Amino acid sequence: MSSTLGHPAAAPDGWDAYGDDQQPRVGFFTDTSVCIGCKACEVACKEWNLIPEDGLSWTGESYDNTSALGANTWRHVAFIEQEKPLHTNGDGSTGLRWLMESDVCKHCTHAACLDVCPTGSLIRTEFGTVIVQQDICNGCGYCVPACPFGVLDKRHIAKPPELPAFHGNEDGRVWKCTLCYDRLKGGHEPACAKACPTQSIQFGPLDELRERADARLAKLSGEGWNGVQLYGRDPDDGVGGFGAFFLLLDDPEVYGLPPDPIVTTKHLGEMWSSMAAAATVLVAGVACAFIGRRR
Amino acid sequence: MSSYYGRPVIKEPTWTWQIPTYFFTGGLGGASSVLSLSATLFGNEQLARRALYIGALADAACPPLLIADLGRPERFHHMLRVVKPTSPMNMGSWVLLASGGASSTAAALERLGRLRPLRHTAATVAALFGPALATYTGVLIADTAVPVWHEGRKELPWLFGATAAASAGAAACMAVDPEHAGPARRLAIGAVAADIALMRAMELRLGEVGEVYRKGAAGTLGLAAKALAGAGATVLAKRGGRSRGAAVLGGALVCAGGLCLRWSVFKAGFQSARDPKYTVGPQRARVEREGTKVTTQPKA
Repeated sequence: MSSTLGHPAAAPDGWDAYGDDQQPRVGFFTDTSVCIGCKACEVACKEWNLIPEDGLSWTGESYDNTSALGANTWRHVAFIEQEKPLHTNGDGSTGLRWLMESDVCKHCTHAACLDVCPTGSLIRTEFGTVIVQQDICNGCGYCVPACPFGVLDKRHIAKPPELPAFHGNEDGRVWKCTLCYDRLKGGHEPACAKACPTQSIQFGPLDELRERADARLAKLSGEGWNGVQLYGRDPDDGVGGFGAFFLLLDDPEVYGLPPDPIVTTKHLGEMWSSMAAAATVLVAGVACAFIGRRR
Repeated sequence: MSSYYGRPVIKEPTWTWQIPTYFFTGGLGGASSVLSLSATLFGNEQLARRALYIGALADAACPPLLIADLGRPERFHHMLRVVKPTSPMNMGSWVLLASGGASSTAAALERLGRLRPLRHTAATVAALFGPALATYTGVLIADTAVPVWHEGRKELPWLFGATAAASAGAAACMAVDPEHAGPARRLAIGAVAADIALMRAMELRLGEVGEVYRKGAAGTLGLAAKALAGAGATVLAKRGGRSRGAAVLGGALVCAGGLCLRWSVFKAGFQSARDPKYTVGPQRARVEREGTKVTTQPKA
């Protein structure tokens, strides 16, 4: 069992428990400056992980008809059309730019979904990633509003035929990116990184990715790229650093990402204290009702 | 404030009507167990007996409600395969098991008139876990990324505890003869006052994040909660000691107010999650105020 109470270490909660089976912590560095919006990652993810189709719609939101991460979308390419120059150093660019970013589960160092899961279905793997064990999840949905990034959701579409008939017509469990746990087990990189034609999605040991990102940030900043910044690279942020972090070209909220996410269990200690005080006063209040006038 | 096509940053909960109903029944059950044991200790037997039955019935309603909300109801017992203090829902499952198991045991033995020592032990266990059952649901919703719930984390356990006390007192007023219901009446009236004050305090402290309590379904339900509970408490105070009919009416109004309050808080969470401004605005303000490590800016 893991605990983020107090956040003693920068290592992912629960990862150390693997002992000799522990593997280097891996993740993604998604460099949005080279993303071309081809959505090969979305397709590869769906294909490899057998994610069902969940409806096709026309949103009118640039080239994005996927809209958000969810139970049936584990990679989501965001498209933002902006009246902003790509470079700040007056290189004659038009003042228009088109941002594209392939979003994914962040595999947080301190993961709220994992902390609040009441069944132990959500676990930390030996690779330091976070997955849902589908044979354990009972669809309570607690992780859904607990995630500060809105990654997880309950799958409402038809249940697989092999499941018993008596539990209703929908799958009912919660699903999210597994960082292709099955592929990692076999020594392969995740499907999205494999399919990415521009190396916008880079997979590898997290330490190495962080070094690569630092170099990339320095290079792009030197070239005058407007708004270039890393997102989730620092182990001291509100979730202890992301396992899957990003290079962005504007503020996080422009991409639909929270500008200062915190793991909700960071404040759980004070919540339990508040509850203990309230429970005590409840008992005292009931006792007080008996003292005084007798009727 | 910028957002991605106005889309939410976080997900709305998947919980349906069973959950706010459970917040009410769990609160009623937990606080009734405390009321029953106190009545036993203070020698008010009719109140002790009837509050015990109310607590057992309310507790018994909880598991079916919770199981019905699960995406995989047949796996409800997975809630009890670990003990996990970082998960309020897991802790709450254990509390409900202990409290509900004890209250139903005590009520069954009371009805049968057998095994008095065991009945008292069970009632004591129910009363020990009752306060936790009545208040942990505040922690449960506060321990999410939903701004109006997470930022209300100081008040929510108090608010839910007060509503639970009001409902337990009110339900007992409905079931007990007015001459024996004095403590229940005083509990209901005092708790309604505390409830309304806590709700107001929470809204004030939440500032802009709390504006969802004045909007949409949460706003309407919040007004209804205050009006119903306030009217019920007034009826109980003025006529509840003399007329059984007034006690039933007043008690029912206070209980209805308690149910509306849970629904208001529940709906507020959805409204808060749905609009990205409540997620992004306060976070961006915190960044301006305190800085952040989540973004790494280039070295100048």
